[in-house]
Amino acid sequence: MRQLKVKGIRIDDTFAEAFGMRATALIVTADSARWARQAALTMTGFATSVIGCGAEANIDREVPARETPDGRPGVRVLLFSMSTAELQKQLQNRVGQCVLTSPGSACYAGLAGEEQLKLGNALRFFGDGWQISKRFGGKRYWRVPVMDGEFVCEATTGLTKLAVGGGNLIIMGASGANTLRAAEAAVAAINGVPDAIMPFPGGIARSGSKVGSKYKAPASTNDAYCPTLRGVVKSALDPDIGSVLEIVIDGLTSEAVAAAMAAGLAAIIRLGPKRGALRVGAGNYGGKLGPHHYHLKDLLP
Amino acid sequence: MKPLTLTLRERPDQRLDCSPLVPFRLAGKSAAEIARIELQTTRVRVTVGDLFRVRMGAASHVRLEGGSDRLDQIGQDMNGGEITVEGDVGIQAGRMMAGGLLAIRGSAGRWAGSGMKGGTIEIAGSAGDRIGGPLAGETAGMRGGVVIVRGSAGERAGDKMRRGTVIVERDAGPYAASRMIAGTVIVCGKTGPLPGYLMNRGSLVLGRQAVLAPTFIDCGTYDLVALRLLGAFVKVHSARAAALLRKPLRRLAGDMAVSGKGEIFTPG
Repeated sequence: MRQLKVKGIRIDDTFAEAFGMRATALIVTADSARWARQAALTMTGFATSVIGCGAEANIDREVPARETPDGRPGVRVLLFSMSTAELQKQLQNRVGQCVLTSPGSACYAGLAGEEQLKLGNALRFFGDGWQISKRFGGKRYWRVPVMDGEFVCEATTGLTKLAVGGGNLIIMGASGANTLRAAEAAVAAINGVPDAIMPFPGGIARSGSKVGSKYKAPASTNDAYCPTLRGVVKSALDPDIGSVLEIVIDGLTSEAVAAAMAAGLAAIIRLGPKRGALRVGAGNYGGKLGPHHYHLKDLLP
Repeated sequence: MKPLTLTLRERPDQRLDCSPLVPFRLAGKSAAEIARIELQTTRVRVTVGDLFRVRMGAASHVRLEGGSDRLDQIGQDMNGGEITVEGDVGIQAGRMMAGGLLAIRGSAGRWAGSGMKGGTIEIAGSAGDRIGGPLAGETAGMRGGVVIVRGSAGERAGDKMRRGTVIVERDAGPYAASRMIAGTVIVCGKTGPLPGYLMNRGSLVLGRQAVLAPTFIDCGTYDLVALRLLGAFVKVHSARAAALLRKPLRRLAGDMAVSGKGEIFTPG
């Protein structure tokens, strides 16, 4: 594969291939930032991949109290899925089981879309007839009596059909420690990019997959990038690579994904090859499956 | 753009139906056409030209200089734009209004905002009885929008209200939010006896303790998120109402004589 060399780091001349998704955003607030974060973390748990979890979700950013609708500390959560119906189901289940249940929580729309998903309109029935609708400033809120007071939830939230899922960076380094350091630097940088999340644990995936399997499974380990199989299989790894990690990015827009990848790439290059990555690549399926292509050479700082 | 200005020459001899003087009905009319508009409510014909000096301007902003308690139905059916009245108005100001701003620098008569659907009415002085209330035979009153009264209001503010917000910055008469279907009424000052009389749903926020019917049940004092949201919304309309909502308030559920799904908030 052709490569470019930037400050001693080899950048593969390849691209990340990403897919169109449906997405929504929420603002979750609570009496303290700690409990807002807790509700958001619980809601976005087990949401790494649509294949096994139905949705991909994570925290976009912390929202200071002065910016939230109720003036309490908050967190913005992004939720992605492959269809509107699945997204609606995931939204309802996750907010119902994880935010409604969290002490002192409230939940608001975090995205203005032309189309709406039911939020409070679906959860209000928990009130068993004692729920109260309040409408002001063109917005409708549901108040549901709960054991610590009231759960307040905006009636709907916006849906976008322009979301993109599957932007990625494959980070390759000499050792596990160096590769992880580079990946962590990239995650920290991408966290600062609005409208984009990394759904995997701490933003990092260590088990990249390929399509197909010798067994009856749709996907299996990406053996070409497994350092312990170098030389055994048709490996994509050079002799100096001892560990590989992947960052997967979902964004509300294609621009957000590109900005996130660029921010991650810049952070990896800033860290340098001595303590970080020796090489950066990206995952694709030959360009035929996903409509969005992000070429690494276009994203270099 | 200069507003279209109508200056009242003298106190009218009869009550006037001012409903034609709204932006969408005046749009595109010449000064002569406007002067020919009839406003009488008796058999004696009275036109705009008879009573007002007309100075042309953008019809999207109508300015009435010199008010009178005989100027009825000002801003009726208004759906956008602005009407400013430099003085008092009669009954049913902003009746069935759907949008825009009606600013009354003086006081308003009964039924201000009656059946209103949207927009904002600001009354610098006081308002008469039954703000937002239905006329006889109608099943519901105000169903959207905001009415702000800087002074005091008469009886039954928000009578039969379905949705929307009424803010009274000073005192309100007896039976505030009577027969309320839903919506929000805030009274910053004193309230006459029996507020929330037969209210079904909806919220009534009182700045002072009031004589309540025994059919309101004390549910305790809370700092509710819903009141913070309401506070954030009313802040642009009334700093006094917003200040009232910043403190924890006592919630009284009622009227138990009806469904008990309404609520009155009073200082803890």
